[in-house]
Amino acid sequence: MEKTVAIELKGITKYFGSVVANEGVDLTVYKGEILAILGENGSGKTTLMNMIAGIYFPDEGHIFVDGEEVLIRSPKDAFRYKIGMVHQHFKLVDLFTAAENIVLGVKDGRRFNMKEVNARVREIAERYGFTIDPKKKVYEMSVSEKQTVEIVKVLYRGADILILDEPTAVLTPQETERLFEVIRHMRDDGKSIIIITHKLHEVLSVSDRVAILRKGRYVGSVETKYATELSLTEMMVGQKVALNIERPDPVRPRPRLMVKNLTCKNKEGVATLSDVSFTAFGGEILGIAGISGCGQKELLESIAGLEYAYPGSSISFVTDEGEEEELVGLSPREIRNMGVALSFVPEDRLGMGLVGSMGMAENMMLKSYASGKTPFVERKQPTELAGKIKEELEVVTPDLKTPVSRLSGGNVQKVLVGREIAEAPAVLMTAYAVRGLDINTSYMIYHLLNEQKKKGVAVIYVGEDLDVLLALSDRILVLCGGKVSGILDGRTATKEQVGLLMTKSEREGKEDTHEQS
Amino acid sequence: MFDIVSFLVQAIRLSAIFLFGSTGEILTEKSGHLNLGIPGIMCMGALGGCYGESLYISSLPVSASTSAPDLTLMNPFLAVLIPILTAILFAGAMGALYSFLAVTLRANQNVTGLTITTFGIGVTKFFIAPIKSQYQAGFSQASIFFRTGFPFASSLGDFGSLFFSYGCLVYLAIIVAVVASLILSKTRVGLHLRAVGENPATADAAGINVGGYRYVATIIGSAIAGLGGLTFVMDWLSGSWEYSIDGMGWLSVALVIFAMWKPNLSILGSILFAILYILPNYIPGIGFAARELMNMVPYFVTVLVLLFVSFQKKRENQPPASLGLSYFREAR
Repeated sequence: MEKTVAIELKGITKYFGSVVANEGVDLTVYKGEILAILGENGSGKTTLMNMIAGIYFPDEGHIFVDGEEVLIRSPKDAFRYKIGMVHQHFKLVDLFTAAENIVLGVKDGRRFNMKEVNARVREIAERYGFTIDPKKKVYEMSVSEKQTVEIVKVLYRGADILILDEPTAVLTPQETERLFEVIRHMRDDGKSIIIITHKLHEVLSVSDRVAILRKGRYVGSVETKYATELSLTEMMVGQKVALNIERPDPVRPRPRLMVKNLTCKNKEGVATLSDVSFTAFGGEILGIAGISGCGQKELLESIAGLEYAYPGSSISFVTDEGEEEELVGLSPREIRNMGVALSFVPEDRLGMGLVGSMGMAENMMLKSYASGKTPFVERKQPTELAGKIKEELEVVTPDLKTPVSRLSGGNVQKVLVGREIAEAPAVLMTAYAVRGLDINTSYMIYHLLNEQKKKGVAVIYVGEDLDVLLALSDRILVLCGGKVSGILDGRTATKEQVGLLMTKSEREGKEDTHEQS
Repeated sequence: MFDIVSFLVQAIRLSAIFLFGSTGEILTEKSGHLNLGIPGIMCMGALGGCYGESLYISSLPVSASTSAPDLTLMNPFLAVLIPILTAILFAGAMGALYSFLAVTLRANQNVTGLTITTFGIGVTKFFIAPIKSQYQAGFSQASIFFRTGFPFASSLGDFGSLFFSYGCLVYLAIIVAVVASLILSKTRVGLHLRAVGENPATADAAGINVGGYRYVATIIGSAIAGLGGLTFVMDWLSGSWEYSIDGMGWLSVALVIFAMWKPNLSILGSILFAILYILPNYIPGIGFAARELMNMVPYFVTVLVLLFVSFQKKRENQPPASLGLSYFREAR
């Protein structure tokens, strides 16, 4: 079959501040094909697609649609070129019906008539085999129904190029299969479908071609029929990069935190963690690897007492005397008083860790607010602590009263980690501790973690950069879809091993999901 | 003897004030703006109407006998239309000011609304005194035009009094409420407006101008609420003046909740509020305490409705999801 080009990218480069998100990406998408964009977290897949969809504007490079160079400055522009994107986070009005959401913002010159809209929605649904009730309200819908609405919304606007950002992340295996069926129908109708994903087996089962991105660069593309999981993993993770991160040998490791059969569920009742068991040792760094949304956040939060652990779960903290104490059911404060410190860095550092509008000293008080014998707040100690952190970690701030939201990301992180370390914890958990930080600050954080490790603290490090995880951790626990898919020795494990464990076991997990549902 | 017909007629007359106020506020709130400036805006509507009327009166030829404008030369049509337009202008300007503060300058909506209320009340008190003393006779004369019902009403007995005896603003209030209701539920503009109030980020992604919709809805809503102030002065008070318009404004805001953000329900709600408001006047020998207690009933009922609505948890009856929240695109 003769292939015609639908859209072509040449030399696309995008910076966010000084960080390169995409660099010199060339990519061609043909009509009537399913192209999978594969890459690790932070490899620039979504950013690249956002530039086609009009969310971001490229700093350099050219985009050609049907052979003509185009400028896509807004989602509206993208629709004019028949490009539509379904984002990971649905943009739907809960109170509206499916059809109302679909027609929202469409100005097609037709008289506004919901009956006609409903009919046209049904027509599209029939054509590609969707199941959708145009009159159903979004708030009554399951996640997969909402996704259907998003896809039909794009088709309703006449898109010929559909971009789906991790469409299967929220779906059950059966729903995923149904989605793939629909996608194949759309391909047979001559549309181009681009799927952003990091699930290898899905890439292999649905796509015609795979394009791989690594660290913002285009690595290459292969026909799916010539690809294997191993070959794709190799292209995805690339050569091992030698990092000069120190890794002292663990001193007298002893069990500190024993997690057994930990199970958590999200609001929809889908398990985010199932039967997770592991032991964290004092005096070692336990790295946790996994693609985003595989349960790292829930794992840390349930240890910190912020997430409800289902019956049967057990998290026991081993005291210095060797006694085991159950953490499940305790409040975050009780857990913290036992010496479990959580330095959680979600996408927004100021969300859970610090209060942006308060200064360094006041943020220190968030930990000591309950101490003190008078009704008045104790300011002296927190202020001294803030001063100490500022000096030791070289926090750049005009003074201790400056709101921390005005500090740079690296300095905010130093304040947060500094405060947690000052608690002299027995367990220190960090999530994405170096996200968005420059090299020097990152190394300082690694150093701080190693210092804690030497003191006998059990450090749990959730990270996204495999090179760092391999260089820093004594052991690496790999999570995949809420399950432990393996625990590797950080000194001997290879990047491919970790990469495969991160993505592979999902197929095997299929049967388990059946049982749960 | 309790005259049920005249009681209802009075209640429906009064209800127009609440209906204008609540319809305006519903349109505004549907866009996501919690405009607590409605009391001040209704004051400004009243002030604007009086100002327009005074301009019209002073443009009349001077009568030789009294050396004042000759009120017998007043054109009923202009005497009604000009104040309506100036009321819309004054109140709409307040809506524009609110939108400028809340959308363009990103001020907190609650603070902005309360500021508009105190500002509107203050400005009105300052400017109304000279106008009302100078043009009192003219206002009384104009008020007759405002209150004139259909000429055939008296020939239809009680039926005529109940349905055809009201001044033009009462009918206008009901028409505006019905039209607003239809726009919200049946049109593309209404769909977009509701989307803006429910989920501005989604509306933005769909290519809807969130700020624009909020500006327009707030200005139009304020203009409608301003007509409530005009109704209070020219119809209910027959052209005199009382500094209690803001009380009417707060009742209108409460009525929005009572009507669960539906202008068509607001028509019935406003009549109920008006009945509760004037009922004490129709109970002979009622004491001061009982009267005050009865005046409290509309607020009390609103609290009950609010409780009922939140217990019921029906999504359609809840306030717009992003009510009171400002939207900035960068804040993802």
